[in-house]
Amino acid sequence: MGKIPENIRYTRDHEWAALDAGAGLVTVGITQYAAEKLGDVVFVELPEVGTEVEADETYGSVESTKAVSDLFCPLAGKIEEVNDGLEDNPELVSEDPFDEGWLMKLSPRDIEDYSSLMSSEDYEAFTAGLENE
Amino acid sequence: MSDLKTTPFFELQKQLEGRFVDFHGWNLPVQFNGIIEEHRHVREKVGLFDVSHMGEVFVRGPEAVAALDRVVTNSVAALEDGQACYTPICRPDGGIVDDVIVYRLAHDELLVCCNASNREKDFTWIRQQARGECEVLDRSDEFGQLALQGPRAPEVLAAAFPGEGAEIASLAPFRHHSVVVGGHTVLISTTGYTGERGFEFYIPREACATAWRTLWSAGADFELRPIGLGARDTLRLEMRYCLYGNDIDESTTPLEAGIAWAVAFDKPHFIGREALLAAREHGVARRLVGFRMVERGVPRQGYALYSPDDEDLRVGEVTSGTRSPSLGESIGLGYVRVPHHKRGRRLLVDVRGKRRLAKIVRTPFLRR
Repeated sequence: MGKIPENIRYTRDHEWAALDAGAGLVTVGITQYAAEKLGDVVFVELPEVGTEVEADETYGSVESTKAVSDLFCPLAGKIEEVNDGLEDNPELVSEDPFDEGWLMKLSPRDIEDYSSLMSSEDYEAFTAGLENE
Repeated sequence: MSDLKTTPFFELQKQLEGRFVDFHGWNLPVQFNGIIEEHRHVREKVGLFDVSHMGEVFVRGPEAVAALDRVVTNSVAALEDGQACYTPICRPDGGIVDDVIVYRLAHDELLVCCNASNREKDFTWIRQQARGECEVLDRSDEFGQLALQGPRAPEVLAAAFPGEGAEIASLAPFRHHSVVVGGHTVLISTTGYTGERGFEFYIPREACATAWRTLWSAGADFELRPIGLGARDTLRLEMRYCLYGNDIDESTTPLEAGIAWAVAFDKPHFIGREALLAAREHGVARRLVGFRMVERGVPRQGYALYSPDDEDLRVGEVTSGTRSPSLGESIGLGYVRVPHHKRGRRLLVDVRGKRRLAKIVRTPFLRR
């Protein structure tokens, strides 16, 4: 089911969120589980920097050769940066979802929201449950 | 997944770690190593596709040729033994029942290869409409079907069937010839759905495992790989081959779809002739066009098309679209109202609420 790095947070929509407490920014991407389910990512649609987003709100989309999937924001905040490199190299989302395939950085409205997201253990159990369905 | 039909190649492909999906009731691999990689492999080398879901309907009897000639739009009467043709089957109003390949096996026997989703409909339609001394048989369950496609396909075929393979590989497109595999007759045709050189194999179920192994071991020297339905779709779309259910259906005609070349208007009788002749005379209201995205975005089936001159003017709808692995750009097919359909004209594609510029281009998208 793919690797699940520790010390970062996860959502039921298969997004990951990594807090840089010093900068006050949360980096967001999709998990390897999601990337494998999607197949080859060929196109990524990301929001404008400065956009305010709510938790669970659609902030963009990723498209594989076959289908479009919405991206759901893990927590409320303001988009501070998007991964421009994905415009020319969308395949990074498939190949390296936890690092070079990151999607955007946001400043969370309430940092407490971050700790309410799933831990790596919870997410692992969650995806294992999905596989057994 | 227990209700899904499996093909004779299911277990073999399971071992190759295919990712299976429900495709019109069939459990078929959508991909193995990734759609883009598989797509490129077929364009550059050679791949093997399980297309056993396709239907095989036989028409046989002394008047089989004349009977089928009246049911399909292309000229079956012009075929000789060993030849095949692509043809729509139309309703009296010109709507497309299916698009099929007809093989002339003998003066009194024809094979119709039809789309999986239309198999029962086609069988019923052909049986109802075929007039004359002939019988119509749905023998789909007796056959598996493979497609070997790519520039190295001739080499694989020659290695798999010493002597005969090289001969078949030298045939023109839309020809066929039979070989014997484990005591069973396997029909091999120079046809495909990718735009590459290649062959399709109609294999009695009992011979499927042997045929797969024969091709697979012969292919080892030529980097033969299994290919899923995902790449089959991107490959056919680059060539602008219509997909039934997407680009054509009973509400579209061959004239609108740009496959009038497969309508033999010089035949005195075929179902749909009067309607299609009238449409040809008066002109059609919409045309299936190929477009490429000028702005970012991937067109998908069902997206609306608008005129850039008047953003309230809806001029059509996307029927197929993808990111083209060969071209590195987003391409699509869609029906566009005349006169907005002309090559070079611009369109706005409603990509999930955002209007993105596209341009109507010449097809096939990929020059082979």
